[in-house]
Amino acid sequence: MKLYEVFIRAKSGLNHRHVGSLHAADAQMALQNARDVYTRREEGVSIWVVEAAAISASNPEQSEEWFDPAMDKVYRYPTFYPLDKEVDNM
Amino acid sequence: MNKAIEHYLLRLADTALTQSQRIAEWCGHGPFLEEDIALTNVALDLLGHAKLLYEQAAEVSEQDVSADDLAFLRDVDAFKNPILTELPRGDFAFTTLKQYFVDQFNVLLYQALMDSQYQPLSDIATKALKEVRYHLTRSRDWCLRLSLSTDEAKQKMQAALDDLYFYTPELFETDDQLNQLMAESIIPDMSALHNQWQQQVDELLNKCQLKTPTSGWLATGGLRGEHSEHLGYMLADMQFLQRAYPGCEW
Repeated sequence: MKLYEVFIRAKSGLNHRHVGSLHAADAQMALQNARDVYTRREEGVSIWVVEAAAISASNPEQSEEWFDPAMDKVYRYPTFYPLDKEVDNM
Repeated sequence: MNKAIEHYLLRLADTALTQSQRIAEWCGHGPFLEEDIALTNVALDLLGHAKLLYEQAAEVSEQDVSADDLAFLRDVDAFKNPILTELPRGDFAFTTLKQYFVDQFNVLLYQALMDSQYQPLSDIATKALKEVRYHLTRSRDWCLRLSLSTDEAKQKMQAALDDLYFYTPELFETDDQLNQLMAESIIPDMSALHNQWQQQVDELLNKCQLKTPTSGWLATGGLRGEHSEHLGYMLADMQFLQRAYPGCEW
């Protein structure tokens, strides 16, 4: 069986979030298994499954050169703009 | 009338409870982790239906009984489930095909019961239908997967069909009390239901390329409390705690 990654939308309007993985023979079985394994306690209203092999991931060995340079560049944060009350939660 | 309703509620409740218990026996023994959890979910759903049905049966009963009394303190000859649901769980092919037969029955039955003239039954059917529809999707898929995969799986599915097929007509068995309920539109016409069921089942078995057996022992008697030897062992297992420690709770 193949490994699938499972993404669940908790409420309509929210994003699908990665919740874990499971084994299944194909996508249809993966969806059913995800329903039974990951939404038993009302965790979601929508499920995506993706074959783990289909995901291209960044290389952990390159973490320094990929992610560290962003650490000292505060000017990239949009914190210097006054925000209207309506968009308070940005 | 209440007696007939109680009789039928127990028929449905006992069917759900025995089916649930057999599926629950897979807990920790499923073919793989995900399927183990999925199967246990089905068992819990069926147990939930049994609970609703027993509660309603206790409500209409002339005796002062609770849902627990009905589930845990009645003996074999008081149980009304068809023999099909008490059969030992067998291998995964057997469990899967049996579950499909029961799921297909439940979906058609609860659909029809939504129109019952007896409101509590219609309410229970409405609630249960969502769950049994999902069960049916699952067991149909599994039947197809197993039947159309390896030779070994196909053989096991065919063996399961040969063993189970002649237990299925009993799902639709009636007696005087059920006939009375049918006349009052409290329960659907069982022979019409049987035809619908047969059509769906034939279609699936055909897709699965399985051969329907042509002769076998035709099961009967559950509705009258006449059961196979398997039910006694199941009840001994299931009822032990309440009988050894009456009224015990946790």
